[in-house]
Amino acid sequence: MILIKGLYKQFGQLEVLKGIDLNVEKGKVVVVIGPSGSGKTTMLRCLNVLETPTKGAISIEGQNLDFSKAVSKKNIAAFRRLTGMVFQSYNLFPHKTALENVMEGPIVVKKEGKEAARKKAQALLEKVGLGDKVDFYPAQLSGGQQQRVGIARALAMEPEVMLFDEPTSALDPELVGEVLKVMKDLAQEGMTMIVVTHEMRFAREAADEVIFMDQGVIVERDKPDEIFTNPKEERTRKFLNMIQ
Amino acid sequence: MYLNSIFADPERTAKLIDIAKSSLQPMLEGAIMNTIPLTILSFIFGLILAILTALARISNVKVFRMIARVYVSAIRGTPLLVQLFIIFYGLPNIGVTLDPFISAVIGFSLSVGAYASEVIRAAILSIPKGQWEAGYSIGMSYTQTLKRIILPQASKVSLPPLSNTFISLVKDTSLASLVLVTEMFRRAQEIAASNYEFLLVYSEAALLYWVICFFLSVIQGFMEKRLDRYAS
Repeated sequence: MILIKGLYKQFGQLEVLKGIDLNVEKGKVVVVIGPSGSGKTTMLRCLNVLETPTKGAISIEGQNLDFSKAVSKKNIAAFRRLTGMVFQSYNLFPHKTALENVMEGPIVVKKEGKEAARKKAQALLEKVGLGDKVDFYPAQLSGGQQQRVGIARALAMEPEVMLFDEPTSALDPELVGEVLKVMKDLAQEGMTMIVVTHEMRFAREAADEVIFMDQGVIVERDKPDEIFTNPKEERTRKFLNMIQ
Repeated sequence: MYLNSIFADPERTAKLIDIAKSSLQPMLEGAIMNTIPLTILSFIFGLILAILTALARISNVKVFRMIARVYVSAIRGTPLLVQLFIIFYGLPNIGVTLDPFISAVIGFSLSVGAYASEVIRAAILSIPKGQWEAGYSIGMSYTQTLKRIILPQASKVSLPPLSNTFISLVKDTSLASLVLVTEMFRRAQEIAASNYEFLLVYSEAALLYWVICFFLSVIQGFMEKRLDRYAS
């Protein structure tokens, strides 16, 4: 279970998050939509502390971080291990092969043995459909393949929740499907997921709940059917009209 | 005149060839015993110093940034020869007497540290921020991300300019002759002083420096190819 309480984030004078409260139950898939600048990516980045919230508290599976007090680096590192992050621009390590990218976390952070880590990485890459690409460097892979390696790399840390930050936005249209398929499979296996995306079809098909954010607050949250066919808030309606 | 005198006089030609041959061995000895070890040691210590300085320059701690700035500014703003003289001839005045070779290693390391730190700082800053975030996102610490993700990529970027620093260093070690290190050029000076064949002996020394630097550029080429294997 993920719990966000009173989360604020300010960049200089600009307040990006203005009090976010959210709970996500284990095994649920939550899709976050909203116009650019609405704070959805910032919220996601706060969840694994790539951004430090100005105030507020986050709890994942009983582990708490309260940002109204100073938070130690050790606590942040421990907290980060609860989440797996998938980036819009993949951010694979270009000097490591697909397999090494996936093995890196288990070996360096979890101190797993090399052989065990290799086996697990191999299995994860097979799971995302890249069993034949393990020895390829990122530069030798397509965008869709790189992003799938990115997903495998995050999964290798066995996180409680997977965070996806616009995972298909940088992809050519014909490569979007293969990444979404992997994400849907994950959802079906019961992985807790928070997905920031513009892929409304994915939201309809895979989400348990859709959250609409605008100007730093959560405007509306509902089941996908409800929010797409019968949005209750004017702002949600406007946004959905604009993109459809 | 010089060439004329050689070709007009077979006896002198033979003498010059003899001098060239006999001075080769002491010069090579100077190179192997001093020039090359001096270069390698100074480069290794200098590189460590450079990485630390580069990290200090980009650190959040103001004091670290200040110290690094002053150090780089002082070393770059003063002649290397003057620095060597301060270490070898100056420090004994406050009771610190150092062996010539050690003085030279200290002087050259400080110099490499300052110049290379700028190269390394630029290389680290050229690595996209997403690489740091990717490291952090799988739970790696600053040090782990730096060591395993950032520096390996930065080393590729900084290899060509660092090779330049290294090759400059090979030639700069000739300055150590002035603080009594019997490196290659000091040997050349000794030989020339005894037979007055300055042009011949110093040219021979120049040629030897060139050969060493040529081999270094060949090695640089190999290393660039190796580091290039993951590029698109």
